[in-house]
Amino acid sequence: MQVTMTVNGTEYTREIEGRMLLVHFLRDVLSLTGTHWGCDTSNCGVCVVWLDGEPVKSCTVLAAMAGGHEVRTVEGLANGAELDPIQEGFRQCHGLQCGFCTPGMLMTCRALLDKNPDPTEGEIREAISGQICRCTGYSSIIRSVRWAAVHESDAKEAEVAQA
Amino acid sequence: MQVPAPFEYERATSVDQAIGLLERLGSSARLVAGGHSLLPMMKLRLANFEYLIDINPLHSELGYIRLGDDEVRIGAMTRHRELLESEILADVFPIFRDAEKVIADPIVRNRGTLGGSLCQADPSEDLSAVCTTLDASCVIRGTAGERVVTMEEFHVGPYETAVQDNEILTEIRIPRKNFRAGSAYAKVERRAGDWAVVSAGAAVWLDDGRIVDARVGLAAVGPNTTGIPEISAALRGNEPSEDLFQLAGAIAARSCDPSTDTRGSADYKRHLADELTRRTLRTAVERARS
Repeated sequence: MQVTMTVNGTEYTREIEGRMLLVHFLRDVLSLTGTHWGCDTSNCGVCVVWLDGEPVKSCTVLAAMAGGHEVRTVEGLANGAELDPIQEGFRQCHGLQCGFCTPGMLMTCRALLDKNPDPTEGEIREAISGQICRCTGYSSIIRSVRWAAVHESDAKEAEVAQA
Repeated sequence: MQVPAPFEYERATSVDQAIGLLERLGSSARLVAGGHSLLPMMKLRLANFEYLIDINPLHSELGYIRLGDDEVRIGAMTRHRELLESEILADVFPIFRDAEKVIADPIVRNRGTLGGSLCQADPSEDLSAVCTTLDASCVIRGTAGERVVTMEEFHVGPYETAVQDNEILTEIRIPRKNFRAGSAYAKVERRAGDWAVVSAGAAVWLDDGRIVDARVGLAAVGPNTTGIPEISAALRGNEPSEDLFQLAGAIAARSCDPSTDTRGSADYKRHLADELTRRTLRTAVERARS
């Protein structure tokens, strides 16, 4: 079957099997290997991408289901060489060690900050409760999200001050 | 790599068109909503179909929460996140928000639906216990029209429902009673987002300080979620008290039929059925009074 979807702003049309999962479509067909493929059972969350602006586990969504919809992956976060504040937060606060869970964490935390620009530690823990990190013990991930929240709000205030 | 066996993907454009497809394709086809129960089963080849009909496009038709004077109607495509965030539902039946907070995780809740949860008919499934507690009925549509069944009729057995091959669950209806109402849900799980070791829901209706009606529903202690009419009979007409909750807990423990598995021993699960019944009744009464 043929599927057409927009990924990070670019429209792609490809011939696929109906049973192909979105995670494999992104990685194997579009070569967007930033999205990781982990437990395959929607438990670990390394495959989180956005579907129409909402985080979903792409190992449990058919590529065909995303047809006609908009997908955003970790490759769509940075603006050229300029990292998204959430990426910069992970860099500043050691939000990763091995990096395997990072793409999913980034997509979930970006969505969290878009909805809730000033999340508490509890709200961050709840947001990432469907994702597993075996390196950090989560504390540095939480610090990373807080870093991004604080720096985004500072940046906004600076913009307002300039205007 | 886990992938489902090959199938043809079809996309529904309306409820009637989906029923037409089911009528034509029969038992070789299955509807998929959020997919977070069905796709994992298909990956494990526990479920295999020649056709999969994607009903996500029906969210605009079947995703709603409508508050009426005598009942609340919820569309089958209403997603977990929508149930969790609905202020209307939290106000009328707070049991939904209690349950949704502990169903899977926020990302899965973005996709999973009420109808999909009920149709999976897993004995540990939380929304089935909520709907059993609230005495909900299920609207099932086919070419011949609609029929409405109770939760007891809906769940035929584990992973088996009254929905036939050429039918679709479209709506859940929950009766409202003209009394002070309170409801609550509690679950014991091994880790965040897991299936219940045991969970319990309770709903009470008070008039003049006395219990006019009360219902308890349990998950993970039998082949299907279990409503316990004996508890309702024991509570009706009485003033709420710790002694009464204790009695209800004891009835719950002896009325359920848990089995020993990796989540716990049958004895432990009976203990939980008792304890969670008491806790949820206590909270439901507090809410009905406030």
